[in-house]
Amino acid sequence: MTGAQETPLLDVAGLTVSYLTRNERVHAVRGADLDVRAGEIVALVGESGSGKSTTAHAVLRLLAPNASIDAGTVRFGGRDLAALSERELRTVRGARIGLVPQDPGVALNPVKRIGEQVAEVLRLHGLATRRTAPAAAVEALERAGMPEPGVRARQYPHELSGGMRQRALIAVAIAAGPQLIVADEPTSALDVTVQRRILDHLQHLTEELGTAVLLVTHDLGVAADRAARIAVMSQGRVVESGPARRIIEDPQDAYTRRLLDSAPSLTAVRARPRPAAPAEPGEPGDVLVTAEHLVKDFPLPRGRTVRAVDDVGLTLHRGRTLALVGESGSGKSTTARMILRLVPPTSGRIVFDGEDVTAATGAALRRLRRRAQLVYQNPYASLDPRFSIGEVITEPLRAFRVGDRASRTARARELLDRVALPAATLERRPAELSGGQRQRVAVARALALEPDLVVCDEPVSALDVSVQAQVLDLLAELQDGTGLAYLFISHDLAVVRQIAHRVAVMRAGRIVETGPTGAIFADPAHDYTRELLAAIPGGDARIGAPGARLLEERT
Amino acid sequence: MGRYVALRLAQAAGVLWAAYTVSFLVLDLLPGDPVSAMAGAAADQAGVDPAQIARLRSEYGFDDPVPVQYVHYLGRALRGDFGDSVASGRPVTSVIGDALPSTLQLVAAGLALAVLCGGGLALAATYTARRWLRQLLLSLPPLGVSVPTFWAGLMLVEVFSFRARLLPAFGNGGPRGLILPAVTLAIPTGAVVAQVLAKSLLTTLDEPYVQTARAKGAGRPRIHLRHALRNASLPALTVVGVLVGQLIANSVVIETVFSRNGLGRVTASAVSAQDIPLVQGVVVLGSLVFVLVNLIVDLVYPLLDPRIAAAGGRRWRPA
Amino acid sequence: MSSTLDALGVLDAAPEPGAPEQAVRRRAGAARTVRFFLRRPGLVLSVLLIAAVVLASFWPGLFTSHDPLKGVPAQAFRAPGAAHWFGTDELGRDVYARVVHGAALSLKATLIAVAVSFAAGGLLGLLAGFAGRWIDDVLMRFVDVLLSIPALFLSLALVTALGYGTVKVAVAVGVASVATFARVMRSEVLRVRQAVFVEAARSCGTRWYAILGRHVLPNAIGPVLVLATLDFGTAVLAVSSLSFLGYGAPPPAPEWGTLISDGRNYLANAWWMTALPGLTIAATVLATNRIARALDGEWGRR
Repeated sequence: MTGAQETPLLDVAGLTVSYLTRNERVHAVRGADLDVRAGEIVALVGESGSGKSTTAHAVLRLLAPNASIDAGTVRFGGRDLAALSERELRTVRGARIGLVPQDPGVALNPVKRIGEQVAEVLRLHGLATRRTAPAAAVEALERAGMPEPGVRARQYPHELSGGMRQRALIAVAIAAGPQLIVADEPTSALDVTVQRRILDHLQHLTEELGTAVLLVTHDLGVAADRAARIAVMSQGRVVESGPARRIIEDPQDAYTRRLLDSAPSLTAVRARPRPAAPAEPGEPGDVLVTAEHLVKDFPLPRGRTVRAVDDVGLTLHRGRTLALVGESGSGKSTTARMILRLVPPTSGRIVFDGEDVTAATGAALRRLRRRAQLVYQNPYASLDPRFSIGEVITEPLRAFRVGDRASRTARARELLDRVALPAATLERRPAELSGGQRQRVAVARALALEPDLVVCDEPVSALDVSVQAQVLDLLAELQDGTGLAYLFISHDLAVVRQIAHRVAVMRAGRIVETGPTGAIFADPAHDYTRELLAAIPGGDARIGAPGARLLEERT
Repeated sequence: MGRYVALRLAQAAGVLWAAYTVSFLVLDLLPGDPVSAMAGAAADQAGVDPAQIARLRSEYGFDDPVPVQYVHYLGRALRGDFGDSVASGRPVTSVIGDALPSTLQLVAAGLALAVLCGGGLALAATYTARRWLRQLLLSLPPLGVSVPTFWAGLMLVEVFSFRARLLPAFGNGGPRGLILPAVTLAIPTGAVVAQVLAKSLLTTLDEPYVQTARAKGAGRPRIHLRHALRNASLPALTVVGVLVGQLIANSVVIETVFSRNGLGRVTASAVSAQDIPLVQGVVVLGSLVFVLVNLIVDLVYPLLDPRIAAAGGRRWRPA
Repeated sequence: MSSTLDALGVLDAAPEPGAPEQAVRRRAGAARTVRFFLRRPGLVLSVLLIAAVVLASFWPGLFTSHDPLKGVPAQAFRAPGAAHWFGTDELGRDVYARVVHGAALSLKATLIAVAVSFAAGGLLGLLAGFAGRWIDDVLMRFVDVLLSIPALFLSLALVTALGYGTVKVAVAVGVASVATFARVMRSEVLRVRQAVFVEAARSCGTRWYAILGRHVLPNAIGPVLVLATLDFGTAVLAVSSLSFLGYGAPPPAPEWGTLISDGRNYLANAWWMTALPGLTIAATVLATNRIARALDGEWGRR
């Protein structure tokens, strides 16, 4: 970055931040360098634990009480923020640097009205009086793209959707007309389509106002779409930074390359080898599961009901992967749970390998339990913390009284080997493993009884991208050459593209479109599918990237 | 809102009825009955005619089967008649009514002290940036809940009445006589209030919305009082609702220690005399106070937290 | 919060397991335990104190050679000193000896009280939480009613019904805490029952009794045990309150609450007869609360 003759708006140099835990000092940021010029969007990218959030918060000195800035400077507008007194800092926060926090669900005070919370920042910096503040707050909300800002200002946070809350937080951040906005994973907690709209608006708004943005994200796709420059963080250091296009197309650092390789939204570019077209679907003996006209109503207070799943039908073939795609609340998880008979369907019919299991009880239900397994989204919650890994994996065997103790342990060892974990893991507890390792254990447990069907409910969405890729590879590998069928539930089309043979898109309890993966991606028929596809981050970067012919390759 | 209030009133009535039933069942466990107890006491002085006892027993209805007795007594209780005290022969309601004002005075003073001191301590402990001061302040409430109430009262008497001769030790003598009992009553309650509020303030101060407020440029006092306190006071409010009942019950011990007249003394002597109607009246009164206070808490809740108003008044409860 | 998690994420990369590491890890665990206690002198003191109280209740002779019941009239009202650590009472009995010998009665009452509330409350809560539906509704309404009666009033009603004596007082105190135990047990069972790993066990075919025994109970019992430790302190206070009011063991038995009640008559001239037994009670309760706090959080976070 030699070309910048102007002094940057924000210049972080040699920043070192550590947390004091009970036993030791943990260094979260170790000498990070970063700069943001006026009016520019810079993305700070890294996986969890890379120190990116800490760096962003250190700019505003909004660190946890046990954290301290040990070295380095944060120069902003000619002053070193790291050396300012708390009183001086308060004149910078909100007024000259705004923050858009991570999770809009919890970042607004639940007992105060939206308008009041936006007005507070104006009142604090003397930009509005008690009389003018309400109107100014509505105006800020309007600029943040809040629909019906006058009405929303009088509402409480719980009365708004996630997207609207995030707009309220953007209004708070821009209200005082700051020169810099620090946006910490501003949309990670939101659905993809909402995410896209919010980021579009933020980008548009900051261009218009000439505000610079430091965008913290784990998603290289988002960074590639939005930022002029990207800084990649790993283990507390900025390992590479430069113009966004250069980073995407010609990464220099090994870590950046690894991150790029595993980022699902960008990997569409590389074809992941899937097993060569298995037996043509449609052969009679080939069908494993059919669901017809599935409906699920959940009761609400006062005798009302809400229809979570509405007339869903799907067919799953042996050895194939069917992905069920949709945003949160679309009914995809409920559909899968009905097929597993964990949730009773309100109406409809489920046939598993030729047997009607819709109302199966007793022995028939236990046969289904033996042949259909489930892998959960959150590997931290799905393993009993008191069990050893060996106990976790052998639990299904014990439940069906398969073998004796010794043979079950042998089987557990074999399964660990198949999911590429060392045998010594057997004695450990879930808490001692990383997220990716735990998800491997969950997969091993699901395979213990050699089932015909494994339902994967968002199996990688809680994992870091590089780990995501490993788990997806593992799932694909385990399916190769066996008759194992996956029902793969995901909100992330980029992930689905890597693993699924067929895709069913769900929205508001209904399936709006079904088809082979390639066809869905290349030629979506339904508007909603197109909207979902357009919302995949990294789209802009993909177009210019080499190997964009993938879509053809996949079909 | 009207629906919510009606629902809560119905629930309150249900709890009261059930409390009456529980106290009836518990006291029915008693081997023997009040008439025999009275007769037993009288027998020491003079021979009592067994026929007379039998007549008394049937007069009080003790010969009837338990369900019949229950319906009979419940019907009377619904009309506000809890029977006569066995020991004094006066109606239970008037015995309690006479004793209540002095105890309510004590409880009100104790509650006010507990909330002010406990709340103040929690605020100060979470506000201060000095580690040692915070540690010191936070170590006080655990002491407060560990000390036996009656012993604390006696120690206060020893120091402030016998040694310093500042305050009266015993009796009902005016506002000065109220100070020591009220302080004693407030110690365990205030300690609980302080513990709950401090814990809840510390959790609240860790919430992301507090960080949002800091990012706006708000200073510590504003964050503490305007953002955190209102959110943090909800669990404390629930606890206060429970503690008022305990305060009334603790008056039994406090009034005994300070030889004050009031409901507590009445209860203590009723237990000693196995005066069942009176004990039952006190138990139902305790339950009534609990129900009323919690009704108030439930009605205040939606005012403090709009989410509860939206959810039809389902309030936060401790685990 | 997020930034703290970020920082902890640094530690998340678990080391690769290896066979010789087992012994190393075990030794590191022992070292951590030692360090845990060294950093908490208050906790160590609490454990020692409770151990002493337990010892005193079984072998009071270990702590004192004085007779708690036989007085030396000539030595009445001696202030605390080398001969009589806690002084002597109106009959010349050694107050320290009476406190030591009183430990047995007080501890027995407390244990009975905690056992009653733990067993009854735990069962109620387990049944309500695991059975659910109408059973849950009925049981919890009952518990709500118990909660609505102030604990001391409920105990007093039971004392009225049952009569006086250490065991009866203990039962009365225990029943008064049943509701709290039931609430905690139920909410823990519900929490664990809704945990993803329980559904995972169900979906791979584990039967309900195995889920209850292997997953729900072991994961739900922790907070209930912490409550039991806390309740130990509460029960000490409640039992001593009732015996102070005169419903406990008949004199001359040296129950702790009774000792204070006796001393009360001589408060003006013999403060030690009240102050020192009271301090013993306060120290015992403080110690159990400290241990409960350690069990509750610090130990798990170690």
